[in-house]
Amino acid sequence: MNNVFVYCEIEDGQVAEVSQELLTKGRTLANELKCKLEAIAIGHQLEGIADQIIPYGADTLYLADDKRLYPYQTLPHTSIIVNLFKEEKPQIALMGASSIGRDLGPRVSSALHSGLTADCTSLVIGEHYDKKADKKYENLLYQIRPAFGGNIIATIINPDCRPQMATVREGVMKKSIIDPKYKGKTVKLDVSKYVNDTDFVVEIIERHMEKSKLNIKGSPIIVAGGYGVGSKENFQLLHELAEVLGGEVGASRAAVDAGYVEHERQIGQTGLTVRPKLYIACGISGQIQHRAGMEQSAQIIAINTDPEAPINSIADYVITGDIADIVPKMIKYYKTNTK
Amino acid sequence: MKAYNIIVLAKQVPDTRNVGKDAMKADGTVNRAVLPAIFNPEDLNALEQALRIKDKFPGTTVKILTMGPGRAADIIREGLYRGADGGILLTDRAFAGSDTLATSYALGQALKKIENVDLVIAGRQAIDGDTAQVGPQVAEKLNMLQVTYVEEVKELKNNTIVLKRRLERGVETVKCPLPLVITVNGSAPECRARNAKLLMTYKRAKTVTELQKENEDYTHLYNDRPELNIPEWTVNDIETDKSQLGLTGSPTKVKSIENVVLQAKDSKIISDNDADIENMMLELIESHTIG
Repeated sequence: MNNVFVYCEIEDGQVAEVSQELLTKGRTLANELKCKLEAIAIGHQLEGIADQIIPYGADTLYLADDKRLYPYQTLPHTSIIVNLFKEEKPQIALMGASSIGRDLGPRVSSALHSGLTADCTSLVIGEHYDKKADKKYENLLYQIRPAFGGNIIATIINPDCRPQMATVREGVMKKSIIDPKYKGKTVKLDVSKYVNDTDFVVEIIERHMEKSKLNIKGSPIIVAGGYGVGSKENFQLLHELAEVLGGEVGASRAAVDAGYVEHERQIGQTGLTVRPKLYIACGISGQIQHRAGMEQSAQIIAINTDPEAPINSIADYVITGDIADIVPKMIKYYKTNTK
Repeated sequence: MKAYNIIVLAKQVPDTRNVGKDAMKADGTVNRAVLPAIFNPEDLNALEQALRIKDKFPGTTVKILTMGPGRAADIIREGLYRGADGGILLTDRAFAGSDTLATSYALGQALKKIENVDLVIAGRQAIDGDTAQVGPQVAEKLNMLQVTYVEEVKELKNNTIVLKRRLERGVETVKCPLPLVITVNGSAPECRARNAKLLMTYKRAKTVTELQKENEDYTHLYNDRPELNIPEWTVNDIETDKSQLGLTGSPTKVKSIENVVLQAKDSKIISDNDADIENMMLELIESHTIG
């Protein structure tokens, strides 16, 4: 009761990275709140899955194992979580802001009438004083996220409803095993008590999941382009620079929306969060949603025609000028100086 | 052939994609007045899916339900210009301050008043919040199934629909029974343009509140052409538990809002001439950042 819960997503017998990142964050929150960290995994053939969950510090792992529970479907997974939460009454519940978490989270929050904050970039414990009711709250979850096109950062709280629910994108939190031999117990749920047969109304006809071929998150150097790159053709220059430097190409949402580059490369609050050694931002103005995904880069170069671009204020090197002129020079002087 | 009753959920949003320098006021609050109000982009993708079903199944009706202030009637007119059959504006001060859950409750109660709905189609998410919560929450409130991230309706036969979903890392095709709530992804086909004839027909479509503000008396016109009336529903037109509305009905509260203040780093300003670029590359090579 009153613990921190993490919903663990499973694909092909693997626990999603984002779930392990949330377990790590959940462990920290549970320590601070002096409560337990609990996890739930729903799927089929879950023997062995505990090894991918408990070492992150989970004290309890609930397993719902049934062949109808994989792949993910909205209604059965919702029923299991809603019924388990009614019994266990967690104070906090975290899910990945993934295709699954963003389908499941709102459904669960509506059924339980608990608040849900999407795409949080930071989660911390804090207090709150409600002036109107003259009521003091302690140990609330501050759910922090950029809002309104990234012009503001909002701290959201759920003072009265439980669980306090939040989704977080992959890569925002860091994952780390706290102890490979961490002692956690596994509880097998009697699935028939948590789901109705009528929940299985969807028939999955076809399903293709691809393991991403790109490894932007793991790349030490990222050359990212924004709307200011101007065209798909100009993006080719960025690909060339990335190739020469041994890096990957990323993009802002505006560049993806404009069709310059594929969605998989999007960096920012609603895309990837990256922490490379070097981030080269080309034609990116640097709204907060984008910065949320890259500001922890060790070094940042900003290339922009606008000397006032917000990205410049977090850059180590600011170059004002045309990408078509500057990027080839960077390639040239890299080559001449590394032979 | 069966005809379907479709409701499209649409939202009027500030165009956060084109935020200029004057978007924030000196006190750190958002200056909504300078942001153009637009039809939420993915809700247009949703409208297109609804209109495609209407194209295939004559007799199908497509109506837009939007919640917002009086000016959100623009959304309904925009839908009419593109082929929708009508719309309802859900508007009341009692809804002010709603979070996604209170919004979904109000929309759900409005939908319960509309009979025989086969499909509720909404955009995946709105650009002013990017939460993607209202679709699934409305579905839960109506005790209906939901299918999110839809890119294409592959088949619709009697009461069974086949949908293609575009997920983060793949695609999935699912078959399920109606009624159903669908949320449509931005990767779905764009909405058709306004139709000139429909624009002429519906440009005078108004809500009662809008009519009252006009100086001339068009009573005649609206009696002759009832399709020009955009129904306006207030909290009194739907059955509600007041404790679930607006700020009171919202479990999430905004504790604080911070204007984004950039703390300037100690940046090196470099010109685009060859010597400067070469120096920078040399520094990066020497520090083993690259190379």
